[in-house]
Amino acid sequence: MNTISLEYLVDSLKLIKPEIAVTITLVLLVLVDLIMNKNKKFLPYIFIGGLTVTLYFIIAQYCTSSFAFNISKNLGMVIVDPFGNFFKILIAGSSIIIILFSMLSNEIKDGADRQGEYYVLIAGMILGMFFMVSSADLILIYVSIEMLSLSSYVLAGFDKQAIRNSEASLKYVIYGGISSGIMLFGISILYGLTGSTNLYEINSLVQASQVHGFTYILSGFLIFVAIGFKISAAPFHFWTPDVYEGAPIPITAYLSIASKAAGFALLIRFVKITFIQSVDPNGFWHLLNIIDWKTFIIIISILTMTLGNFAAIWQNNMKRLLAYSSIAHAGYLLLGLAVLSNEGIAAILIYFVIYGFMNLGAFLVVMLISNKLGSEEIDDYDGLGSKAPFLSVSLAIFLVSLTGLPPTAGFIGKLYIFLALVDAKMIVVAVIALLNTVVSLYYYARVLKHMFLSDSTKETPAFTTSISSIVFVALMLAPILIFGIYFTPLVDFAKSSIALMGF
Amino acid sequence: MTYFPILSFITFLPIVGMIFILFIPKTQATMIKSVTLLITSAQVIAALFILHYYNYSLGGINDPNSFQFMEKFRWIDISGFSWIGRIKIDYFLGIDGISVPLVLLTAIITFIATLSSWTIDKQVKGYFALFLLLDTGMMGVFVALDFFLFYIFWELMLLPMYFLIGIWGGKRREYAAIKFFLYTLFGSIFILLVMIGLYFSTSETLADGTRVFTFNMLAMMNPHNYNQFGILSPLNPNNLRFIAYIFLFIGFAIKIPMFPFHTWLPDAHVEAPTAISVILAGVLLKMGTYGILRVCFPIFPEITRQLVWYIALFGMINIIYGALCAMAQKDFKKLIAYSSISHMGFVLLGMASLNSLGISGAVFQMFNHGTITAMLFLIVGVIYDRAHTREIDAFGGLATQMPIYSGFVALAFFAAIGLPGLSGFVSESFIFLGAFGFGLIRILTVISTLGILLGAGYMLWTLQRVFLGPLKEKWSALSDLTFREYAMFIPLSLIIIFLGVYPSAMLNLMNSSVNSMVKFMADAKVIYSSLSGF
Repeated sequence: MNTISLEYLVDSLKLIKPEIAVTITLVLLVLVDLIMNKNKKFLPYIFIGGLTVTLYFIIAQYCTSSFAFNISKNLGMVIVDPFGNFFKILIAGSSIIIILFSMLSNEIKDGADRQGEYYVLIAGMILGMFFMVSSADLILIYVSIEMLSLSSYVLAGFDKQAIRNSEASLKYVIYGGISSGIMLFGISILYGLTGSTNLYEINSLVQASQVHGFTYILSGFLIFVAIGFKISAAPFHFWTPDVYEGAPIPITAYLSIASKAAGFALLIRFVKITFIQSVDPNGFWHLLNIIDWKTFIIIISILTMTLGNFAAIWQNNMKRLLAYSSIAHAGYLLLGLAVLSNEGIAAILIYFVIYGFMNLGAFLVVMLISNKLGSEEIDDYDGLGSKAPFLSVSLAIFLVSLTGLPPTAGFIGKLYIFLALVDAKMIVVAVIALLNTVVSLYYYARVLKHMFLSDSTKETPAFTTSISSIVFVALMLAPILIFGIYFTPLVDFAKSSIALMGF
Repeated sequence: MTYFPILSFITFLPIVGMIFILFIPKTQATMIKSVTLLITSAQVIAALFILHYYNYSLGGINDPNSFQFMEKFRWIDISGFSWIGRIKIDYFLGIDGISVPLVLLTAIITFIATLSSWTIDKQVKGYFALFLLLDTGMMGVFVALDFFLFYIFWELMLLPMYFLIGIWGGKRREYAAIKFFLYTLFGSIFILLVMIGLYFSTSETLADGTRVFTFNMLAMMNPHNYNQFGILSPLNPNNLRFIAYIFLFIGFAIKIPMFPFHTWLPDAHVEAPTAISVILAGVLLKMGTYGILRVCFPIFPEITRQLVWYIALFGMINIIYGALCAMAQKDFKKLIAYSSISHMGFVLLGMASLNSLGISGAVFQMFNHGTITAMLFLIVGVIYDRAHTREIDAFGGLATQMPIYSGFVALAFFAAIGLPGLSGFVSESFIFLGAFGFGLIRILTVISTLGILLGAGYMLWTLQRVFLGPLKEKWSALSDLTFREYAMFIPLSLIIIFLGVYPSAMLNLMNSSVNSMVKFMADAKVIYSSLSGF
């Protein structure tokens, strides 16, 4: 390895402008928080400004495909490629939505004097996720996961007054700590076997020697545990309902989108780069014969969606229901990876954009309702259809989209997953996934039933929603309805983003 | 011929009406109802226009050049990479002799159902908005020729129907609504799966010479469009067409509803408000049989030929089982619901005959069942509005109290039994003639004729219990029909009598298409058997 010259470093820094922009925003938030002392109302605007600049940098380098922080001539620790940029846009975009979200949330308003920490921690999460989706090095992967996790542990327990917040935070820390410990174990085994931490180097070493053996399988699975924890795949999902129920709603929504997206990006990169042999002209991957990823992921995904859906049926708390539904959706998303083809990856990207809108939208409405009702119990939603028609109809559309019925965008997301499955001739898996959809209809429809079909038993007055909230909800609703009818731009965007560095 | 896109007009007019209604204040109930009535009458007029300009000599079925009022635009076009190819979905509408009667039926039934909905007074705005959305979904299914579009319309109906039953229904409405929803979604996921499989097995050549996968149903009917290795391609020796056919058939059979997938129907009917029962029986059930005729038969002709005996068998079971269940009912509405199952069995039997007589009979029966059953449900609605009970044994002697009403009832009942001179007779006799002419299913046909006997049994018995005999004291205050109810009954009665006396009006309409279908199914035997030699 040659000594890193200054020129090298400058070239690398040019490639991580988005990360630098987030870091500057983070520092700025801390400084402004200290200087302005009691006056916190500028913080979110500064944050949104910073993220807008970040988005600009990401889009400017969208089609770049390059390494940064090289360890040798053509290998580096950080990868900049369209695939990573896609997820960065997704993360930055959902962060902006979450900030707007937090401005409307009563829970966050109650902790007004600690809003500085709140936004700074979110910025920390973003930075962690940015590196997660673009790292090619096991050490960097571990560090970025920890960065994401530590910030989110604190955020899950943001409201110190609420007992359930603290409980959520503690559970999250314990589960998260163990899973990252397991991952570290896996990383050290892999390093011991190959003598490298760089994924590309590991790949070429493994290809050359054609190794087999239990230790490789073990290390692969151990690393999967930590990623599975982040994307809440069964059987590593146990934290999800408790944390989702306990955390403040904006954070719950954020965890369900951004941190899950980062986890998926990492998983795809890890599986593809480390174990790939070749990609055939039809876009199917031929993986090295070390670990049977296909069977493994199929089993995990079917387990995840079935568990998620059947557990969701019994939930009475809206946040818990959405937590289980997000577990189920992780199962559908995993199917896209199980296909092991570029088409499957395109399907995952499409699904994520749509899932982002519909899940954030659902959480947004749940939060607005909870601001007024002070409750997230589904039984308290009785008769909401006539009391708050706009919110109820919006929630209905989001839930229908989560079920995957046309003409909402959720259908398009599911359609692409199934297109990929049928193209790969995985018919039985497709049938199981479709039957799962029917199960999911039952619990989503149960919410509809309470809102529209059941008459209210309690005396709660009709409530109005502020104009800003209505506009916000409508903005989330628009893509759901538009992409359901006309999805060409979305699919084009996703297809241009599946290029992973090197393959 | 006009270039006016009349099919888009008739399909999307209700959506326009729905958006309009959403802007009317909640308190203006009469205005909302009037707008809906206006929209549905415009639809009837548009349907009559279609009928007027319809060319009776063109066959349709699998030949894109003989469909009429076609509209075809590129809707989704995603330039592909090498591995996935281009994705192309057309906005493709068109009608032939199979769909024209059903477009007409949909227009008429929604118009009648709007009149019947006049009594709704709970959340009027929501009701009529959903009602119109449902209308678009139904109309769209009958005019779409692109599978993707067909599926979108098919699913579009689910949600409005769920709410219409669930909010405005009877006591057990929540149960009935979710049961309907789950059953039909269960059916449609199978349709989705087969749709995707067919998509990857067929391709069509574009103007610029590139071959792309396609959702075009007409392209799927031509075996030369299939790829060598598609999982549902007849050229592939290991294809899954047989399983796909079963899946698809189940998907449609749930809607018919065919035994043993029928259990959602009585619940849905009993709980739904009258107008929704009318739509459900009048139009929605036809979608199942229409789907089989439009999709299952021409796309999988060789498998249809293998399985006709089973289709006829299930038709027979539907006829006998539905009739026996109807006979045992104490609830007037449930009785009609089961009679519906029985009558839809005739359609299945007619289709299974694969000859002109049988298939014309089946399509004709779809139309007739639509009008007759709609009238039967309206009849139940009228008596329920007045007496607030539907128990058959609670009534008696109503003929003296409500003579005009009883007259219409008698007409509808006799039409349902199949009395000569009324429309039901013609279609049922065509079905029996057709099915009897096909040796394979002759025995099943003979057994099915029992259904007529049973039908006469439960219908006449009901007529006797409700309308004849001494009038019970508590019903002496019941009034006869109102003007609005006349407006519902008279058009339906006229159609029933007119088509009974002059059935050619309808039979000529579908004749060329039915012949094309029969010819297509017969040719397919040769074409597909030569393909299997690959």
